[in-house]
Amino acid sequence: MSESTPLLHLQGIDKRFPGVHALKGIDFELETEEIHALLGENGAGKSTLIKVLTGVHAADGGSICIEGRQIAPRNPNEAVTFGISTVYQEVNLAPNLSVAENICLGREPRNVFGIDWRAVGERTKSALNRVGLRVDPQRLVGDISIAEQQLVAIARALDVEAKVLILDEPTSSLDQDEVAQLFATLRRLREEGMGIIFVTHFLDQVYEISDRITVLRNGERIGTFQTDELPRIELVSHMIGRSAESLEHGAMASHEVSGHEPFLTVTNFGKRGSVQDLNFEIRSGEVIGLAGLLGSGRTETARLLFGIDHGTEGGYQLDNRSAHLTPRSAISRGVGLNVEDRKAEGIFPGLSIRENMVVVAQVKRRWWQRISTAEQKQVADEYVSALQLQPPNTDRNIENLSGGNQQKALLGRWLAVEPRLLLLDEPTRGIDIGAKFEIMALVERLRLEGKSFVFISSELSEVIRVSSRIVVLRDRRAVTTISRAEANEEAVVAAIAKHE
Amino acid sequence: MKSMPSWIYALGALIFVLLFNAFATPGFFEINVLDGRLFGSVIDILNRVAPVALLSLGMTLVIATRGVDLSVGAVMAMSGAVAASLIARPEGNILLGLNFGDSVFLIVLAGLVTGLLCGLFNGLLVSRARIQPIVATLLLMVAGRGVAQLISDGQIITFSAPAFASIARGATLGMPNPFWIVVLFAAVILVLTRWTALGLFIESLGSNPIAARNVGINTGALLLFVYSVTGVCAGMAGMIAAADIQGADANNAGLYLELDAILAVSVGGTLLSGGRFSLVGTLIGAILMQTLTTTILTRGVAPELTLVVKALVVLAVCLLQSPTFLHMLRPKKVAA
Ligand SMILES: Nc1ncnc2c1ncn2[C@@H]1O[C@H](COP(=O)(O)OP(=O)(O)OP(=O)(O)O)[C@@H](O)[C@H]1O
Ligand SMILES: [Mg+2]
Repeated sequence: MSESTPLLHLQGIDKRFPGVHALKGIDFELETEEIHALLGENGAGKSTLIKVLTGVHAADGGSICIEGRQIAPRNPNEAVTFGISTVYQEVNLAPNLSVAENICLGREPRNVFGIDWRAVGERTKSALNRVGLRVDPQRLVGDISIAEQQLVAIARALDVEAKVLILDEPTSSLDQDEVAQLFATLRRLREEGMGIIFVTHFLDQVYEISDRITVLRNGERIGTFQTDELPRIELVSHMIGRSAESLEHGAMASHEVSGHEPFLTVTNFGKRGSVQDLNFEIRSGEVIGLAGLLGSGRTETARLLFGIDHGTEGGYQLDNRSAHLTPRSAISRGVGLNVEDRKAEGIFPGLSIRENMVVVAQVKRRWWQRISTAEQKQVADEYVSALQLQPPNTDRNIENLSGGNQQKALLGRWLAVEPRLLLLDEPTRGIDIGAKFEIMALVERLRLEGKSFVFISSELSEVIRVSSRIVVLRDRRAVTTISRAEANEEAVVAAIAKHE
Repeated sequence: MKSMPSWIYALGALIFVLLFNAFATPGFFEINVLDGRLFGSVIDILNRVAPVALLSLGMTLVIATRGVDLSVGAVMAMSGAVAASLIARPEGNILLGLNFGDSVFLIVLAGLVTGLLCGLFNGLLVSRARIQPIVATLLLMVAGRGVAQLISDGQIITFSAPAFASIARGATLGMPNPFWIVVLFAAVILVLTRWTALGLFIESLGSNPIAARNVGINTGALLLFVYSVTGVCAGMAGMIAAADIQGADANNAGLYLELDAILAVSVGGTLLSGGRFSLVGTLIGAILMQTLTTTILTRGVAPELTLVVKALVVLAVCLLQSPTFLHMLRPKKVAA
């Protein structure tokens, strides 16, 4: 009997939200010593399945068995006691507590004097080692980068005794090295007998690490496949429900824009203690890619250019005039920034999708000229269909959107004001492959209309695909610039890694 | 699929209390006309709710930005003291060639300006000095009554000024003047927030302050605005209170009313964690609280019980608004 009993067995899981049938009778099996990829487009129901399984949402039907025993966790803590440890898509850490406190929160080792801080220190150290993160355990989580936060969340999940480990898009902001390190850890855990559920939109990673694949589409299970028996092209068709060829786009046009004068120039620009030595120009119709490792200063560069942080050295010229921007003045001068950390710095939870999408347009229009509700709908609907945001009802609370669809809504917020320079910090984070192509195509289309972009992505292939030039950052300094003609993965990786 | 407004529970509770009165309190809905003016319990409620309703209108905006204004009661005392001293001591009040003591309009203006200055002070502490709202407004809550005593020389100033007293005592078109003042303030604030984009900006700021700055919202100016509006509302409430008793009592005017205002806001469905706000909900919340008080008084229940009953109703409404609580109430579905 024990031979045939899977580690985790879901049967007929059903979940409805008002107006959305998110899960339609899902069956799912996870074996011991297995890494099982859970795939599907944005809004397919992956995160919802995980939330039902871990007691965040109550199921409307179906059963959950772990090692043959039926369970019904009522909250994530209870799920942990059943041996299910989870990293959710939206990193859920306490920003005002330290890294160490976040890792041990709720299960602090104790001695007669209360919390045993020495043991907390030890545990934090070994937990951080497991994910290969070097960060001072005393730093506040709110002060570290989103990628580091993601690793802290994973370290926290690995800190408990678990039979099942669930990772919902854990690698969305990690770089190759961190991913490699994480995968080494996952392989070791698999050998120790753990069952791992892994959600991602990176198909390379799926083929690298998973044993089996389950595909969801529109809340239905399309099927479960052995990874090595499923060609990639077929996998994509299962995910999108049509043939994968429909995604292929022609080669992108050449990026010759010699005629224009640069409208933005930074010379030796930087901020003490942050990025320094930024030297580049942006012309209309150009895409500047920023490449570099985690912590190399890409996000800091975007924040400096947009005026969230203020430069202390060097020069920043916009339209041949020295500029000291704040986000407000940047927006009025046609510069926008789509932030990397969408939960902490991007979305307005509790407000509708529509309001989230028109807020920048409203700021530009000034407060006394309210954009009427009808006009708001019109603007939002335009970008909902351009970005294929699902579900298309923009009156709903933005929190009810799946992660990837929230990302699309934020992008729409900026596209709606047509900035001449849009800084895109990880715009494809958490977005499914179909939509990734859409977004890159959109960038290309707007570029041809004369708009400019700064494009940041931890997926090098994307940066190379869209950029006119790539500025390589290392240790928070711009070290070199690679032209489109010379840009290929090897060249960029070499520039990123080179030691002088 | 339209979701229910956040104030639906407060409205339900209000209807419940009114129904209870319809059956259990004889004469509750009786309205008499005397000298062209309406009298009755319902009218009385609409009259007496005015100060708290004014305070809670402003408080709604402040709370929507994740703040709170504890100073409104003290601001009432200050504006009341300013008005009373202008009326009671006309000698010293020639300013810019105008004799403030004579004109109700100028007195009211002075009271509103007092409130505005207090609001600007709070707003500056919160937006520029970045002091936590609860601490920043605690300053004025404590110091404000001291200032009010300085203005009134440490005495309870009384006066007899029928023109000024009519702010609280008089009636227009049959309804008491305080009712009309609330209507006017509510209308102005509604138009100011919902016919412009200020409402959206306030909700954005409360929903996610960092994101609000990142989309270019002028968060500092917005905070100044909401605290100023609250200050002006408190200034007006202070004058209704002073006109009502024809005097200014620095120690007791508006005492603890900041708490009533906060309750009215949260019963009305605006979350203390900021974001979405509802002025209509706040007004319903304030009326609900006043209806409870009046009900208990007219039924001759011991007044000490008033506070307990109020607390119970507030608790009930807040529990019904809590998703966690509703989740607990829901029958647990047993998996098949
Ligand atoms: N709390 C909620 N209330 C209402 N609808 C919800 C809620 N959470 C999710 N949904 C809806 O359920 C569907 C599935 O969402 P889910 O988050 O599971 O998608 P996903 O597969 O994780 O997508 P992504 O790849 O974008 O993260 C979506 O249509 C979403 O809008
Ligand atoms: Mg998801």
